[in-house]
Amino acid sequence: MLTITIAIFIPFLAAIFVPFIYKRVHSKHIGWFVIIVPVTLFIVLASFIPAVSKGKTYIHTIKWIDSAGINFTTYFDGLSMIFGLLITGVGSLVILYSIYYLSEREALGRFYVYLLMFMGSMLGVIFSDNLMVLYVFWELTSISSFLLIAFWYHRKKSRSGAQKSMLITVSGGVGMLAGFIILHTLTGSYSVREIIATIGQYTDESLFIPAMLLILLGAFTKSAQFPFHIWLPDAMEAPTPVSAYLHSATMVKAGIYLVARFTPVFGGEAVWFYTVTGVGIFTLFWGSVNAVRQTDLKALLAYSTISQLGLIMSLFGLGSAALNGGYSADSVIYTQATFAALFHLINHSTFKGALFMVVGIVDHQVGTRDIRRLGGLMSLLPVTFTIAVIGSFSMAGLPPFNGFLSKEMFFESVLIIRNLDIFAMGPVWGSLIPVVAWLASVLTFVYSMLLVFQTFLGEHQPDRLDRKAHEAPVGMLVAPAVLALFVVGIFFFPNVVGKYLLSPAMAAVYPPFEGAEGLVPHISAWHGFNVPIMMTIGVVVLGGLLYLYLRYWRGIYSIAPMRWSLDSLYNGLISQLEKGSTFLTRTYMTGYLRDYLVYIFIFFIVTVGGGLLWTGGFSIDLSNDALISINEYIIIFVMMAASIAIIFAKSRITAILLNSVLGYSIAILFVVFRAPDLALTQIIVETVTTALFLLCFYFLPEWSKEKATRSLKVGKGIIAISVGTVVTVLALIVQGNKMFESVSVYFEDAYELAGGKNIVNTILGDFRAFDTMLEVVVLFIAGIGVFTLVKLKAGKGDEDVEDK
Amino acid sequence: MKINDVILQTVTKIVVFIILTFGIELFLSGHYNPGGGFIGGLVLSSAFVLLYMVFDIETVHKGIPFDFKMIAAFGVLLAVGTGLGSVIFGAPFLTQTASHFNLPVFGETELSTVVLFEAGVALTVVGVVVTIILSISEDV
Repeated sequence: MLTITIAIFIPFLAAIFVPFIYKRVHSKHIGWFVIIVPVTLFIVLASFIPAVSKGKTYIHTIKWIDSAGINFTTYFDGLSMIFGLLITGVGSLVILYSIYYLSEREALGRFYVYLLMFMGSMLGVIFSDNLMVLYVFWELTSISSFLLIAFWYHRKKSRSGAQKSMLITVSGGVGMLAGFIILHTLTGSYSVREIIATIGQYTDESLFIPAMLLILLGAFTKSAQFPFHIWLPDAMEAPTPVSAYLHSATMVKAGIYLVARFTPVFGGEAVWFYTVTGVGIFTLFWGSVNAVRQTDLKALLAYSTISQLGLIMSLFGLGSAALNGGYSADSVIYTQATFAALFHLINHSTFKGALFMVVGIVDHQVGTRDIRRLGGLMSLLPVTFTIAVIGSFSMAGLPPFNGFLSKEMFFESVLIIRNLDIFAMGPVWGSLIPVVAWLASVLTFVYSMLLVFQTFLGEHQPDRLDRKAHEAPVGMLVAPAVLALFVVGIFFFPNVVGKYLLSPAMAAVYPPFEGAEGLVPHISAWHGFNVPIMMTIGVVVLGGLLYLYLRYWRGIYSIAPMRWSLDSLYNGLISQLEKGSTFLTRTYMTGYLRDYLVYIFIFFIVTVGGGLLWTGGFSIDLSNDALISINEYIIIFVMMAASIAIIFAKSRITAILLNSVLGYSIAILFVVFRAPDLALTQIIVETVTTALFLLCFYFLPEWSKEKATRSLKVGKGIIAISVGTVVTVLALIVQGNKMFESVSVYFEDAYELAGGKNIVNTILGDFRAFDTMLEVVVLFIAGIGVFTLVKLKAGKGDEDVEDK
Repeated sequence: MKINDVILQTVTKIVVFIILTFGIELFLSGHYNPGGGFIGGLVLSSAFVLLYMVFDIETVHKGIPFDFKMIAAFGVLLAVGTGLGSVIFGAPFLTQTASHFNLPVFGETELSTVVLFEAGVALTVVGVVVTIILSISEDV
């Protein structure tokens, strides 16, 4: 279906037009133009719900690099539909919110361009079927989120936060790329669907597990799982709408998506089960522990997001147990974890999105997010308070909010896993998971209460606030209110979500189980008086006590000094890296061109010449060479004379002219060998570069002969002669040995294939047009590089732009 | 650079047109004879370079009031864009096609999409070369 493919590109296309519209409108109303894009996409995607819920899937291929198996294939099924609806739906609300949230003085054009770019890349990630295309979009989300986090780039913290998130997620992405390539070499396909269909044959390969771990690395870094979670709190330097969008609803869930998408591929493996579940559970726990200690509301939400992502991740891990040993009536009960994961995914997007917006409103209205300065805002911001209560009670897992339902299912899943006897799951380890999960839930309850009660109840301290508190404008409240409505609505009608959204997604995660009984359980708010409900009661009781007596036990956080954290480890590594590379760069970047040439030449001599000597397997065969004519001898001798004369040139002009003698002689040589294209190019390039040289040297100081010692001269002589020898020997070897068929055979039917009689041009324009295209791009970048280096020099007063 | 050479200036005024014509001829004939976008672009830019060297920048700028950075950017977009054109018709990226047409003045002529691609290359080359030369020469 072409619609899905177009849906990916619409945000990018819209992004191109935003600057032009912004130039005309130039006010905060630009957002109203932008919001059309996600709303339309949401409606279009929503119109697919009836068909997809009946099990229909859509696929569309646009040929791209067909010869390498890389095609732009989009695949639309239940799983990508959920994510697509979240991205466009929450995206619309976030844009609506930012129209009122961001002030007119901000660079709004830039903001919306980044946001649309991000939206398009996210849609690309979830709709691509081809691994390479998926990877491209994956890294595009990293780049666009980098730009969004660094939106206030004049702040040092924003820049370092953006750098951190980019470093971590991109390195994870590169690992994932390696995993994809391994998977391709194993299965011979880049298509996720094809890999899923044939994966059974490859599970015994030795590279199967490394590929899995590398792909998980990408998923874990993106989804801020322990120990890669450290970038998420720093990413909170972004404007709040960005945090609401990227760091709760979409980007961080790309990793979750990847895990869900690859569950049919790797889910049957014990390593997958343990890694995903273990990392998820620990992240859940660690995030909730750290969330309680935060005093900044946004930091609190950041850690809570980490924790909730861990929860979803662990559920996918638990759910993968069903795939071990194939389909059976017993294994279906483990699929419930995956169901809970998908359910919680939706719920988390609704309540966390609302909470981020609430925090943004508080920040916007009173000017601080520090909970030590906040308090008593309930009567001043009543609507905001209501939304905050709905969001945080849902996060804590209390009825009547959707978080309660998925939380109960989570408890049920961790309890079920104790019965699992595959993978040598002993009773000790099996019981550890529910215990950790329960403890984490207690802490979740504590920080949820902290969030809402520390802000809105207690004593109002107007003198400690920057602004006089009053309720936000209606426009700013609409978006979180809509999300809050979903929070409540899903609680009362969970089975609508289950039937239309979750059941097709379940079929996508468990292709072998399609149509199995119990794959889509009935969700009910009251599920009897059983262990999960007891656990919830325990959470409320213990969590309530812990919240009330927080100031008595908060001291335990200061036991471990701050510098032991992972964050300081990262900072230490980065600063060491900076110091090391500064030292290294200072050592070899002397500022003398001749030194750089020496490095290059020595490297060349050692690798190529050394390689030749090392292998010793070279031979020179001159028997097939044609006779050298008298013309060629003359040209060669002219060239030799010119090159020797350069060494003894007394002035710069002489040197340049002698150099161009060399260049023109090569052109004549091309003429002699009947290569008119090359000769023409050489002549013109030589002309233009000579002019350029003369121009450059016009501005240079007087040519002064350097006073070199004899040993230095000898050393340079040796290097020069060795380079010459290596090149000559190499050329002779290449001439005498033919290991492969000549490439010219490939171009013999150029006229039939490309319709051109000029073979050079058919190569440039047809056979290797991709090379030419990229060369043009490189040329352009080089030109812009020269321009910026020469023209855009910072003035003397501009040096302290860096740190503010 | 201050140059005041009457002979050079007079000759240049004529020669530039010959070079420009030659550049366009090279560019158009590239499919069957020596030439093509890259060489055509280089020849064109050498004509501009000659102009800039013989006359001063302000004078030339009055005659050719183009922003050569924009020309380079347009060229890159054109070269990349023609690749996308084939995607719309369901062919792999950068597939080129050609066909014969009977045009009123030229008679039977072959029109090829490669020309568009090569035009992108030529414009980029012109834009980049002139941009580099201008920015270096203006930097005192």
